[in-house]
Amino acid sequence: MTPLQIDFGKRAPERVVGIDLGTTNSLIAYMDLTRPRIIPGLDGDRLVPSIVSLLPTGEALVGNPAREALLTAPERTVYSVKRLMGRGVDDVRDELAMFPFRIAPESQAVIKLALGDRVLTPPEISAYVLRQLKKNAEAFLGEPVTKAVITVPAYFNDAQRQATKDAGRIAGLEVLRLVNEPTAAALAYGLDKRQEGIVAVYDLGGGTFDISILKLQGGIFEVLATNGDTHLGGDDIDNRLIQIGIEDIRSEWGEDISANHEARQLLRRAVIRAKEELSFVPFTHIDLAYRGRKYQRRIDRELFEKLISDIVDRTLTPCRQCLVDAGVTPEQIDEVVLVGGSTRIPLVRRAVETLFRAKPHTDLNPDEVVALGAAVQAGILSGAVDDKLLLDVTPLSLGIETMGGVVSKLIHRNSTIPASATEVFTTAVDGQRNVLIHVLQGERELARDCRSLARFDLKDIEPLPAGMARIEVRFLIDANGILNVTARDQRTGKEQSVDVKPTYGLTDEEVEARILESIEFAEEDFRARQVAEARVEADTILAAVEKAKANDAYFELSDEERDAITNAVNQLLLVYHGDDHLLIREKIDQVNQVTLKLAETMMNTAVQSALKGTKL
Amino acid sequence: MSHPCWQCGAFFNALFCDSCRAIQRPPDNYYELFGLPRQLALDEQDLERRFYALSRRLHPDLFTRRSEREKQFSTDATALLNDGYRVLRDPVRRAEYVLKQAGFPIGEQGTRDVPPDLLEEVFELNLALEELKGGDHSVEPTLHQARAHFESLLREIDQELAGAFRDYDATGEREVLARIRAILNRRKYISNLVNEVRVALQRAA
Repeated sequence: MTPLQIDFGKRAPERVVGIDLGTTNSLIAYMDLTRPRIIPGLDGDRLVPSIVSLLPTGEALVGNPAREALLTAPERTVYSVKRLMGRGVDDVRDELAMFPFRIAPESQAVIKLALGDRVLTPPEISAYVLRQLKKNAEAFLGEPVTKAVITVPAYFNDAQRQATKDAGRIAGLEVLRLVNEPTAAALAYGLDKRQEGIVAVYDLGGGTFDISILKLQGGIFEVLATNGDTHLGGDDIDNRLIQIGIEDIRSEWGEDISANHEARQLLRRAVIRAKEELSFVPFTHIDLAYRGRKYQRRIDRELFEKLISDIVDRTLTPCRQCLVDAGVTPEQIDEVVLVGGSTRIPLVRRAVETLFRAKPHTDLNPDEVVALGAAVQAGILSGAVDDKLLLDVTPLSLGIETMGGVVSKLIHRNSTIPASATEVFTTAVDGQRNVLIHVLQGERELARDCRSLARFDLKDIEPLPAGMARIEVRFLIDANGILNVTARDQRTGKEQSVDVKPTYGLTDEEVEARILESIEFAEEDFRARQVAEARVEADTILAAVEKAKANDAYFELSDEERDAITNAVNQLLLVYHGDDHLLIREKIDQVNQVTLKLAETMMNTAVQSALKGTKL
Repeated sequence: MSHPCWQCGAFFNALFCDSCRAIQRPPDNYYELFGLPRQLALDEQDLERRFYALSRRLHPDLFTRRSEREKQFSTDATALLNDGYRVLRDPVRRAEYVLKQAGFPIGEQGTRDVPPDLLEEVFELNLALEELKGGDHSVEPTLHQARAHFESLLREIDQELAGAFRDYDATGEREVLARIRAILNRRKYISNLVNEVRVALQRAA
């Protein structure tokens, strides 16, 4: 079916490029007349290393030229900056031991990096890489390039997506869409492959891991579920080997090179070379020559696999969860596609094969397939491709904090996007003018265990008795996976739109750990939630009793009846801070019983309903 | 019902203006959006076909070069389509949606009270759960048995629900909706029980 609303006329579809902004390497691709193609750099290389070095003149080196600067000017050079996108300083403390990031002291909610005398945020640094890619494409295509699709790990949260979009804008690109990397890979893969079936995409890159399960049918690529870890990749394998090298060298040379940038970079190069060789040969050596001294260590595949087996295992839990969420068994998976350089490692391939009981496809270059898919998606947006459509999902559940610190989930993870949910909230006390809405992302039941995205304030609510205001809150996750929240007073029709800006960060380990925790701690959560709910109920009834004491009806009670109420209230207060929700509820019931007559005698229906524990 | 198109003023009664083909503000009823009669029994394959076909017309990917207003309508319509698909393809959520549209309050009310015919079983189940919590593992087989029993009850309920759906589609009577609500409450109660037993057994393992 040709979409009716697109009227091409005689105008050629406008150019939109596809960009894979990777942790280790970045690529740019475009849609040829028939298929997507990678655009090489001026040096002929198809991969642009995501390394940026700022010269004292203010000029920037990007890619291969910057690689040398890692040795010669480490204080002005940075790599793997994708790990810092959309994260706060507290999020990355652990990274700092492993990566030579120089965090500027003025960093707060957003990290700032010192490069020589310049101070830059991660999106600004990523923008240098994007600018280089844009330049390469303009030279190759002979026309200006201003519109792009950029890929992100499927498991990127709202803040990380926003940061990526910001990077594009800083680089002078209009980012028409953020596309999830495994989905893009499926799109590239699906070009000349099967048109029907269930496909799993296993994407282990330099710094992130994603698993997505898709259903392909008649040109529609419907993501059934996704999972992952935005903090797991080839970098972790490198760091494991570097640690071994550093310890060897400490005992052999009697010198600690961990703080020596140059030696450490040389060692990093040596272990990466050894790692890559071990995918093709049974053994090799880590070789390092530094200022006349030599370090060599023989490493065979068996030892290598032993060293990294726990890292590979960490990818399997998200895979299993993804199968459950997609509602499919391993037997139902028709094809497995491998994406990312780390999937060249034989142990990774074996692990995937065992889990999905299918031999993974390796016929597409795992370094290029994401960029090729981004170009296909760019073609869909420009109108050049009209037979394919991606239906993606949101990786994390979204919700709002309610009383007692409990999260009320409004959009569940793996919902097809755009997705929306509407919830009506009300005020808790008479005459309340503001409602503070706290938006969270994560799978746990209590707000303190989820990532806070933003708080916003609905102001100037008409002062009314508690519970009378009706505020309709709408959550909308757009096609980029970015959240928009709007709120409307149902009585006045007044609308307030709010951009969700990340307030502070959780680490992505925490986001990932969140899923694992939510399984492990499901019971603990459940208990905490029950206690929190019981306390909310207690608060309601205590407030109602307090209010009722001013009512004439209260004075019409007998002394005994009033004593019984005081006694019941005191007993409730005694158990209130305990963690036994049943006991709290028992005492609430007791208060309810002894105030029954009071409630009946009172004419005020609002108070009466409050005594019965009517909730919001 | 027809409205004037926001762009050209012509009248239309669909997602797109008949005259200038501009996308319109979507209807806020899932059945209307999917072009389906308000029926409880649905053909899942037909629903999926409709979902894919509508996605191909409404998805924001097709509107990136259009005006802000058209982009917004496309996003809103697709969000509604996706939300509606999640609700309509699940028989329980579909029934809850229809009940809500028909003005039946859906809430926790009614799901907390023990269905009278289950009173004895639930009482014994709670006893066994208490004993398990106290460290008495000898009750585990009883709990497994109870779980299997309640799961078979759930299957029966699902059949009963499907029957009630057909009744409602044939008669359109409110009494049938009331019956469906009662079935849903009972279903929710039992499915909570099954979860409780599952968690307790997992914890004991």
